[in-house]
Amino acid sequence: MAAFLFSRFLQSAVLLVIVSIIGFLVLYLMPGGPLSQYALDPGMTQEDIARITEQLGLNRPVHVQYLDWIWGLVQGDWGTSFRDGSPVTQVIARHVPATLLLMGSSTVIAVAIGTWIGIRGATHRYSGFDYIATVGAMIALSIPTFWFGLIGIYVFALRLDWLPAGNMYTIGDGSVLNYLHHLILPSIVLALVHIAIWSRFMRTATLDAISQDFVKTARAKGVSERRVVMKHVVGNALLPMITLAGVQVPSLLTGALVTETVFTWPGMGRLFLDSLGYSDYPVVMGLLMFSALLTIVANLIADITVALVDPRIRLA
Amino acid sequence: MVGGQSASLSDTSVALSVRGLTVTLPDGMERSHAIEDVSFDLHRGQILCVIGESGSGKSVTASTVMGLLPRAIQATAGSITLEGREIIGMGREELRDLRGRVVSMIFQDPLSALNPLMTVGAQIDEAMAAHDEGTPQSRRQRAIELLTEVGLPDPALMYHQYPFRLSGGQRQRVMIAMALALEPTILIADEPTTALDVTTQAQILELIRDIQRRKGMSVMFITHDFGVVAEIADSVVVMEKGHVVERGSAAQVLNAPEHPYTKRLIAAVPHLRQDDRERAAHTDASGAPAKPLLKVRNLVKTYRSGSAFFRTQRIVPAVQDVSFDVLPGRTLGVVGESGSGKSSLGRLLIRLMEADSGQILFRDQDIAGLTEPAFRSLRPKIQMIFQDPFASLNPRNTIGRSLTVGPIAHGVPAAKAREDAKALLDLVGLDARAYGRYPHEFSGGQRQRVGIARALMFKPELLVADEAVSALDVSIQAQILELLDRIQRETGVAMIFITHDLRVASQICDEIAVMQKGRIVEFGRPSRIFFSPEADYTRELVSAIPGEQLDDKTAAAATGGRQSTQQTLQQGTQT
Repeated sequence: MAAFLFSRFLQSAVLLVIVSIIGFLVLYLMPGGPLSQYALDPGMTQEDIARITEQLGLNRPVHVQYLDWIWGLVQGDWGTSFRDGSPVTQVIARHVPATLLLMGSSTVIAVAIGTWIGIRGATHRYSGFDYIATVGAMIALSIPTFWFGLIGIYVFALRLDWLPAGNMYTIGDGSVLNYLHHLILPSIVLALVHIAIWSRFMRTATLDAISQDFVKTARAKGVSERRVVMKHVVGNALLPMITLAGVQVPSLLTGALVTETVFTWPGMGRLFLDSLGYSDYPVVMGLLMFSALLTIVANLIADITVALVDPRIRLA
Repeated sequence: MVGGQSASLSDTSVALSVRGLTVTLPDGMERSHAIEDVSFDLHRGQILCVIGESGSGKSVTASTVMGLLPRAIQATAGSITLEGREIIGMGREELRDLRGRVVSMIFQDPLSALNPLMTVGAQIDEAMAAHDEGTPQSRRQRAIELLTEVGLPDPALMYHQYPFRLSGGQRQRVMIAMALALEPTILIADEPTTALDVTTQAQILELIRDIQRRKGMSVMFITHDFGVVAEIADSVVVMEKGHVVERGSAAQVLNAPEHPYTKRLIAAVPHLRQDDRERAAHTDASGAPAKPLLKVRNLVKTYRSGSAFFRTQRIVPAVQDVSFDVLPGRTLGVVGESGSGKSSLGRLLIRLMEADSGQILFRDQDIAGLTEPAFRSLRPKIQMIFQDPFASLNPRNTIGRSLTVGPIAHGVPAAKAREDAKALLDLVGLDARAYGRYPHEFSGGQRQRVGIARALMFKPELLVADEAVSALDVSIQAQILELLDRIQRETGVAMIFITHDLRVASQICDEIAVMQKGRIVEFGRPSRIFFSPEADYTRELVSAIPGEQLDDKTAAAATGGRQSTQQTLQQGTQT
């Protein structure tokens, strides 16, 4: 296990360096550069801009800027935001909880409902339920998240007035209930696509497991059908799903980007779009690295979990 | 049909009685009934063998008795009386209660029949817990008792093992322990030894026989192998295409089969041949004795997995210092159990895998050292016939395309390739119309014929056949062996025939190499290898062959013959 963790650590480090280089280069090559917004400001002279460029070190060659930035990163200094001058780590830290809350609740919804639909679809294959689930998943997969978001706002916020149209809480009301009330719509909207994906994979994994000989063995022992499905079938079907859960994290992050925008949710997704708009490159790079790190950690946790759950990997 | 049954339903000497059982298949299947009007009795304390080839309905019969038929197919007529209780029409919960308690089942493939995520102990425990039997402590104790009873080493430790740590034979013992947990009176064994090596098979048969005697159980034993029938059966039911065609005592059916199908099946069982194949001494054009087509010298292959750096490396020597010659037009048999390295050897010879060291001299040219581009021109000369005729043909390609794609890639004009393919389909006994059809339209035996035709498309000088008949029914097996023999006589191709089945090897091989743990432990003519083996390992293999008493001892099988069987088996158990 120690050897496995060590080699994974090395791989992750290499991966992060590659991600950072690509991100840095893409930002560098973007037209205008970080100070382009000042060019439209009549109060700024050409000299002012040159001075700021000099101050921020933006006139240095790109590789020097990169090395300077990554050296800081390693030491825990992720740079300062161009926008408000506060450290990038602080800016990100302010927005992370909102995103994690949204992602976490969506994941719980998606996994719970998706798993249930998948198992039921497999154990009642070709039933009415199975057909409806299949068609439903196709619809959920082919319609973009923002459209679901807008329909959700129109129906549940504007027409029925059951749920708030956006934001994480009502200003002046910090109660848990208020937070939950605001969380319902965005987390369901974000979960929809993932329910669809998750249920399809779970259905296939369950069908695979159900046709295995050991399921027949369990039935031949006189084990109740309920236990056959829950213990033998689902236990084995969930193994590949753990890996899938790790792989799903980046797509949850991108989903959050759209959902947060539609619901004016103060998380990392909105911060990312806003920072791009303000050409706040240190924050953009920081978010990029943070999501890469999150993805790597999620996959690592998935792999370790599989190894812990599956004795063939754990003990081999 | 066969004569009437004498035992009545109320007869307590009958543990399981099946009467006029018919299982209907959904519309659109090959035939309307999986089994039709099947009747037989399993007498208390006896072993009843149900024998038949694939599609005979023997497994469906077993599933019906267990109440484990898939939802889509159902028993539509007849009755099944299990220990005096009618189970057709019985409620699901009632049936579940009988399973494991009154009747248990063991399956063919021990590698997949155990849940990989549960320990051996937990799975045995579950069999008892499912019927609310005992406390966790008493169940645990019972499980360890059972593990001891089926002859597993270190039962207390075995209890905590996961199945992947166990060999096939050990897993089958665990399956048997599990089936015995609640002391059922009836055991259904569905081809329990088919997936096992011959020495392991002998041990498992002995175990089933022994437990059946000790506990007075009634065993319904499903098999396709008359050799196994000769080893353990008290009575026999022969099934063909869903019908019972013959039934009677073991001695009766084996010695005086009445139905033509039974006769065919028994005749098709391969036996160790007393004599060697006669081959005209091969000479080359000048009249001198033929030079070996293939000379293998000191071939070595070692599998390495894991990482040397982290000291987790595992080293498995697959082929160790193997040398032999193959003459043109002759067949060399490579026999051995799983893990003996015989398949690795085959893969090395056709360069699907690189050897670590040693020489493979094909027509005096060392192909082991050739680069892939240099070897490419020689590839057509060495062809392979694969084991699984279902997996080795691309289901999306027509037979014609499967046959011609190789030669065309090697520069044969398409029209010529098509002509060759049709001629070869004729040679292997298929209609030329097969050319435009798809693999799923053919049976296993027919597909294997296609596989042979495919290998012959290149006019090879050496064929490597890896378990080429192992997946086939015995009657088909005999036909394919005949075909290979005829092709060899007509084309003079040399063959390396890799198999775990010594009886098959003795049918078709001129010479035999016995492999164990990557080494050739014995080499010689089949008659010598099988009738006066020198190596201990060869002796074990030969003595473990089931049903070799079939020829001369079946007359005594019902009585004294079993003793000799017993001795043979015990020799096998000592391995």
